[in-house]
Amino acid sequence: MPEQLIFAMEVTLNGLMTGVMYALVALGFVLIFKASGIFNYAQGVMALFAAMTLVGIQDGRVPFGHLINEILGTDIHYFGWEVPALIAILLTVGVMILFALFVQKVIFKHLVGQEPIILFMATIGLAYFLEGVSDLMWGSEIRNLDVGLPQGINDAIDQATFNIFGYGFFIDNLDIWAAVIAAVLVAGLIAYSQYTKNGRAMRAVADDHQAALSVGISLNYVWILVWSLAGIVALVAGIMWGSKSGVQFSLSLIALKALPVLMLGGFTSIPGAIVGGLIIGVGEALFEFAIGPMIGGATENWFAYVLALVFLVFRPQGLFGEKIIERV
Amino acid sequence: MNEMSPAGYTTADGREIGGVVMEMRNITLRFGGVVAIKDISFDIREGEIRAIIGPNGAGKSSMLNVISGFYNPQEGEVWYRGKRRPAMRPYQVARQGIARTFQNIALFDGMSVLDNIMTGRLNHMTSSFLDQTLWWGKAQREEVENREKAEEVIDFLEIQNIRKTPVGRLPYGLKKRVELARALVAEPSILLLDEPMAGMNVEEKEDMSRFILDVNDEFGTTIALIEHDMGVVMDLSDRVVVMDYGKKIGDGTPDEVRNNPDVIDAYLGVSHD
Repeated sequence: MPEQLIFAMEVTLNGLMTGVMYALVALGFVLIFKASGIFNYAQGVMALFAAMTLVGIQDGRVPFGHLINEILGTDIHYFGWEVPALIAILLTVGVMILFALFVQKVIFKHLVGQEPIILFMATIGLAYFLEGVSDLMWGSEIRNLDVGLPQGINDAIDQATFNIFGYGFFIDNLDIWAAVIAAVLVAGLIAYSQYTKNGRAMRAVADDHQAALSVGISLNYVWILVWSLAGIVALVAGIMWGSKSGVQFSLSLIALKALPVLMLGGFTSIPGAIVGGLIIGVGEALFEFAIGPMIGGATENWFAYVLALVFLVFRPQGLFGEKIIERV
Repeated sequence: MNEMSPAGYTTADGREIGGVVMEMRNITLRFGGVVAIKDISFDIREGEIRAIIGPNGAGKSSMLNVISGFYNPQEGEVWYRGKRRPAMRPYQVARQGIARTFQNIALFDGMSVLDNIMTGRLNHMTSSFLDQTLWWGKAQREEVENREKAEEVIDFLEIQNIRKTPVGRLPYGLKKRVELARALVAEPSILLLDEPMAGMNVEEKEDMSRFILDVNDEFGTTIALIEHDMGVVMDLSDRVVVMDYGKKIGDGTPDEVRNNPDVIDAYLGVSHD
């Protein structure tokens, strides 16, 4: 087999793994957009905040430490204990649910029925607010996140591919775990929305508010539920990206990578978010591999957007989005 | 106006009608300066088919929206099962056992007929959040029970063959029937129908009339309906409220209403000064 083709296979596999990460972020957007028509610009910052909170709890860091020390003149930064990863994750889920309650009660409850652009602006405000809160609570230094997921090259794949092609593929264990967890998460979310009372209520609200009210569904409750789920998805994305490249401000920018994914997959489709993420992940990796060297590299920065633009021309509703039909 | 004992009355076809389930007392509803409903009182009794009729713009739909909590009136009181009902949100009213349909159909287009009907059972599901998330115990049992109830209603309304069809693809008449099924499956103590025959052809109207009568007959469901088409209503209902320009101009059995001079004027279009 020609060497180039083997490299391309490796690049494709790695692209798929990155794609899963993009899909995870896009999923958070889809959940909220479907149920409330809000494009949540803050999704990326939510991932950052969730990851920061997780690390903070794990390390036993005192929340708002700087603020407290400044006011009281003390010098406390740690409680002096370490929290096991699993418990810290559960606590962080709790924090994200509290955040969902806050968002609904303080902001969006008062904006029901407003224009989408106003809701969008509110989420931009929310993003900057949350960024500030995150800094104030946990500081702004780069943190290492380790919840015990295996990292580094996967030896089994390395061996197997070496035996077949005479060249070992480099696939990161963390990426494999991310893919598995994402798959479980998506399967869980789909099952939840199909077969449970709350899931059905979520789909009902996504479809028609008036009808949902008439069968006794509280819109407020469903929106809190949806923001909580988006918070949990943000946490998972935060853990994956954070384990990979540290928890830092740039984590919140992955939200921008979710945009082309959403244009491809459609804003209202959970499977769309997954497939869109994979296409972008593989597409940009292969493009960088094949064309990148000819035009100076760093094509990952823009390739996804160009692909999304091309898509917009031919299928504005995305691959899986609901077809836009205007009846006259 | 006919006087009735608090205990109820017997209809012309010999059905026993019970006590008052819901009572509207001096309801006034305004939108800014426009008065949609002006000082209207009437009651709905257990087991009867109660109609609200009137020409276009008479305030019928507004009245239905007051009953179902979509509007809260500025003046007047709503009494439900012997208690004064405070201002409520529509979903709270629905949870009290008042189900409704909409004039322009509000179904979940993206969901199948069965799923749409299952949403009508949401108020009968009490399993905890955790049960549902983990899909064990009570959540699973409930799903099965509610599914049975849904199938019962599906059989009753003769829509077995479209159970799995997404609602968005159905023709208008069937959509109306699915909407009725969703309201009915909630086992409501009052079923509100907003122009159930609007936009239907003669055959569909006959079907719908039959279903409404059967629902009332088989399940003993109290039904309050709004209708534009006077002929249909007179055949269906036990008692009729007639509205015109936001005011009540008649209330009684179909015969009484038919012979009421104000009602005749309103329908024949005598000019209002």
